[in-house]
Amino acid sequence: MPKPKVAFYWCASCGGCEEAVVDLADAILGVVDAVDIVFWPVAMDFKREDVEALKDGELAAAFVNGAIRTTEQEEMAHLLRRKSQALIAFGSCSHTGGIPGLANLYTREDILKRVYIENPSIVNPNHILPQEKSVETEGTLRLPAFKDDVRTLSQTVDVDYYLPGCPPPVNLIVNAVTALVEGKLPPKGSVLAPDVALCSECPRNATKPEKLTLKDVKRPHEVIIDGERCLLAQGVICLGPATRSGCGAACLNANMPCTGCMGSTSGSKDYGAKALSAMASLLDSNDAEEIKEMVGKIVDPAGTFYRYSLPASFLHRRVGHPG
Amino acid sequence: MNEEFEPKIIGVLCNWCSYMASDLAGTSRSHYPPNIRVVRVMCSGRIEPQLILWAFQQGADGVLVGGCNPGDCHYQEGNYKALRRVTLLKAMLPQFGIEPERLRLEWICASCAEEMRKTVFDFTNTLRRLGPLKVVIPQIIPLSGKAVMEYAQT
Repeated sequence: MPKPKVAFYWCASCGGCEEAVVDLADAILGVVDAVDIVFWPVAMDFKREDVEALKDGELAAAFVNGAIRTTEQEEMAHLLRRKSQALIAFGSCSHTGGIPGLANLYTREDILKRVYIENPSIVNPNHILPQEKSVETEGTLRLPAFKDDVRTLSQTVDVDYYLPGCPPPVNLIVNAVTALVEGKLPPKGSVLAPDVALCSECPRNATKPEKLTLKDVKRPHEVIIDGERCLLAQGVICLGPATRSGCGAACLNANMPCTGCMGSTSGSKDYGAKALSAMASLLDSNDAEEIKEMVGKIVDPAGTFYRYSLPASFLHRRVGHPG
Repeated sequence: MNEEFEPKIIGVLCNWCSYMASDLAGTSRSHYPPNIRVVRVMCSGRIEPQLILWAFQQGADGVLVGGCNPGDCHYQEGNYKALRRVTLLKAMLPQFGIEPERLRLEWICASCAEEMRKTVFDFTNTLRRLGPLKVVIPQIIPLSGKAVMEYAQT
């Protein structure tokens, strides 16, 4: 029997998800034994034409990481959707928008102006912006269009499964590939990770006080963090209570708070709102003025609670912009 | 701002105080703008930020959260939870381009029909001034491979 064919692709992402595949280390040999990788731009020399030459549905699975910002990424998402039986959103950006998704707090024009004109390290006296088409003596050059907003993979094409995380934890990748090869994938639309909050697997869970309250909100650089105790009990915003587990509390093990890359459990529809709710209810005050003061210490609430999930949120982006 | 514009308000009111007040306003035949649509919940502490943002997404121009006065909560401290959540949410809304005035928290006691009436009048006027809130959410656009290619090359 021929081995199932799989493809890996990246859209608006940092490359960390590709690194996660490499981090499979020895396990990658098992993956290579079990499947035939026919497209993986970061590591192998196949071209888009090779994907186009495949029959529709010929790929057993395509793992797509990164959010969708340009028309090229959009096209590749559509192409891979057509060619694969299972399309898997790989990593936070593809799943919920990720860090690139925070750009939805700004307009396309704001971003181009900042990057190509105002940025202190830019010298661009003629204020030249990237053009989708420029005619040169050698011929016409084309660039993909920079779209108006950042979207998740499932806001672009139909998605079968989600592998959350920034990047997805190695054991979850191995589980997903194994399930794929053995034909034991869960129902369509599943997130391939446990469906309980991170606190349940946090090694510091035992140190959580009976009544957990946030007395004073501190940012990680403002305090020397005790490596054993629950971070919320130390006044550091940790989004563990609102976040899906499956990462083995990797950040907590590195003495840093959870920032929510795994997204929410199936119990909530808007990760950031849920995380905001969880943190707000912990604030240890009943006095309106005091609460306002504590809230003021949470610098950049949107960036704190929607760090990885702004495009997937109910509001999707800053309002008042053409969508 | 716009004379024609009639704002939509979602009022999420607690069973024991604010909802009673709106009920009393009704039975006392006091008039207030029909812009508010009331949803009764058992306690203002049940109102998650998710519900508020969802209301905005679904077309609400403003959301009124109504609970019992501090110290009067039927469940001891649900209204304090509402206070903390609404305070933090109001701090975040401007980052999304949403005026914090579109979210209003009021403690209205069960017999305070007049206060409810005034609140709805005042909130409706505030929202008239602010104008409509338009949240645009992405829809999957089914494009064939060919059409997408043409789009990229125009």
